Amino acid sequence: MVLNSIEKLIEKYDNGETTLKEEQQLKDYFSQETVPPHLEVYKSMFQYFLHTQEEQFTKDVPLKPRKTYTLYKWISVAAIAVLMFGIYTQVDVTPEQRTFASLTAEEKEAYVQTKELLGLLSSKLNQGTESIAMVSSNFDKGANNMSYLGDVSKTTSKILK
Amino acid sequence: MTQAEFLKIVMPFKDKVFRLAKRLLVSQEEAEDATQEILLKLWNNKQKISEYKNVEAFSMTMTKNFCLDKLKSKHSQNLKIVHSNYQDNNVSLQKQVELNDSVDWVSKIMEELPEQQKIILQLRDIEQYDFDEIAKMLDMNHTAIRVALSRARKTLREKLTKTHSYGVK
Repeated sequence: MVLNSIEKLIEKYDNGETTLKEEQQLKDYFSQETVPPHLEVYKSMFQYFLHTQEEQFTKDVPLKPRKTYTLYKWISVAAIAVLMFGIYTQVDVTPEQRTFASLTAEEKEAYVQTKELLGLLSSKLNQGTESIAMVSSNFDKGANNMSYLGDVSKTTSKILK
Repeated sequence: MTQAEFLKIVMPFKDKVFRLAKRLLVSQEEAEDATQEILLKLWNNKQKISEYKNVEAFSMTMTKNFCLDKLKSKHSQNLKIVHSNYQDNNVSLQKQVELNDSVDWVSKIMEELPEQQKIILQLRDIEQYDFDEIAKMLDMNHTAIRVALSRARKTLREKLTKTHSYGVK
């Protein structure tokens, strides 16, 4: 390319008036081996621009953590739900009231039998206590009679004196 | 939006984000962290991505703001970002052009430019955005961009000439 037009472009470039296309022309021009000595400065500038353009970002971006984070959040929510359900059912079972009507036939039979048995037991017990009361009243009578015996011994001692 | 779809959107400009971040933060590691942060922010707001008219321009604006914030907090902490990495990435280039270290000088001189000019020069001369896009990204009008660009280019050229003639004159 003619040196003259390059110099014109450079002037425009310095004033910030070049288009991208013209700048590309400059870059192309300055990527050649030899340039006139007074434009050597521009060569290093454009070389630098071209070189830095190629620099790349190589580090990985950890995009996953947020996903697992939401997963953990939902797991904790589920765990709490399970826990609450567990506590709810545990508390609910204990105070259940049972009426006679709610029993099964077998249970009813057992209940009646037990009741009869207990009735029998109590009637026998009552009989026992009655006879014991009789025994004690007879004993009292006997004891009274024994006290008469005391009187007998009194009179006999009087007689013996 | 799945990860693959997201990557498809992000892939074309992630390098540009990285280079802009590196231009501003200088250190390679800082720039990598910043890029990662930007991409994660985009990922977290992935539902809104379809609403953005221009995801790339939006990301570049985000990067610019993020890096400037970072620089501001660094300044207030009175800490300087350590940068020791501009030697190695130019090695291959040096072989390529055999221009000893004058290319190195370009990056050093660019570091000295004001942030605004740095960003504009980066977006224009390295990423080759047109003025419309730059105007959108930086929320500036065309003339202001042209003026800043021209200043940046002239400063760069003058300082480079100085370093070139250093020791000769």
